[in-house]
Amino acid sequence: MPSRASEDNPEKARRFREAALPYLNDAYTLARYLLRDSTDAEDAVQECYLRAFKHFDSYRGPAMKPWLFAILRNVCRAEYARRATTPTSTIDDVPESAEQAPLWHEAQETPEAQLVRAKDSDTIRRMVAALTEPFRETFVLREIENLSYREIAEVAEVPVGTVMSRLARARAMLRSAWLAEQEQVK
Amino acid sequence: MTCDEAEILLQALIDGELDAGHARDVENHVEGCPRCAAMLKDYREMSLAMADAGVRYTAPAALRMRIEAALPQPRPMQSRRAVLRGFAMGSAVSALAATGLVAIVLRHDDMERIQSEVVSAHLRSLQAGHLTDVVSTDQHTVKPWFNGRLDVSPPVVDLTAQGFTLIGGRLDYVDARPIGAVVYRRRQHVINLFVAQTTSNERRNVKSETFQGFNIHRWSESGLNYWAISDIGKDELADFCRKFETAVEANKEG
Repeated sequence: MPSRASEDNPEKARRFREAALPYLNDAYTLARYLLRDSTDAEDAVQECYLRAFKHFDSYRGPAMKPWLFAILRNVCRAEYARRATTPTSTIDDVPESAEQAPLWHEAQETPEAQLVRAKDSDTIRRMVAALTEPFRETFVLREIENLSYREIAEVAEVPVGTVMSRLARARAMLRSAWLAEQEQVK
Repeated sequence: MTCDEAEILLQALIDGELDAGHARDVENHVEGCPRCAAMLKDYREMSLAMADAGVRYTAPAALRMRIEAALPQPRPMQSRRAVLRGFAMGSAVSALAATGLVAIVLRHDDMERIQSEVVSAHLRSLQAGHLTDVVSTDQHTVKPWFNGRLDVSPPVVDLTAQGFTLIGGRLDYVDARPIGAVVYRRRQHVINLFVAQTTSNERRNVKSETFQGFNIHRWSESGLNYWAISDIGKDELADFCRKFETAVEANKEG
């Protein structure tokens, strides 16, 4: 359980809330794709926000979202490292059950079957989650989080050229899965 | 340009990151290369499908509450003391509720505090990009979207013909609980209709108030509390409430 932010500075907290909390869904989405586990994603996002609050004094902008993402990414990498040293729980051992299903099969009906698009979004989410790192990260930052190449380069700490080649690779992998899926539907 | 080069630059073309000169080069290559053309077409389709399908996740309410609870609480200011104290309490109490120990219901004497939170939620919603989680003018898209996100199913009716355009729905937080917000537009004005559960089944007629310059109408019906809030005039908002209730009534009978 992440620690409670100790600094008692309500004015700072107010500014932080206004600046950072609007990106909560964005941060949670990124954590879900990076960690592929909803509980771990929640913990990572909470830790990210507490770290961000601690370092909020040094935040000079301009964009809050990539700044938060860079912190979140570090938290998630720490989680990778933890999984790697915990023999019973590595990222490959415990993927979400959906990820064990072949890409070209439909998931079982979700309880929220009233969502007409649920199947589609489930399928696509599963395809994206099946991408390997670092391609998944780059792809999610671009396609789902709408970051610019420059912002992605900063978050992932790589040159822009690397962002482009990773993106090309990610899209090519996704396209193969995509076409296989369409074949299946036909 | 080789296909390998084009394949990298295609990305930048799709993502709008390519300058005009290079964009032309890539487009020229694609015109003469069926393989790259097929790739570009598929990539564009994938982007569109992803945007349509909704592949983002929504942070659980409990996570938001945990983060809120871990941050230093705002110190009460002179003018808004009651509001802020209520807010701080709401967060602490709801952390319990989130663990399933306590079920909170909106109590009548809390109405004052909740009202100011409704105003805050309305203000938040007007910031860019915060108005709707589900964007649709179709009530049959907006209403099911709430399922599984709330313990109530807010009535969603299309009032376009009556001059109030349904533009979508949103999950919001009032009293540190998730609450449904159905969003309508009247000319350039936004109307947020907040809907929350109440234990009482009794009907309470519309009460109209003005708070921080916004008009608020609140009423209760069939176990639901409603707050309609907007910067449109009092009479127009009253008109909205009447039309909403009539349409809900008609839906029940139909």
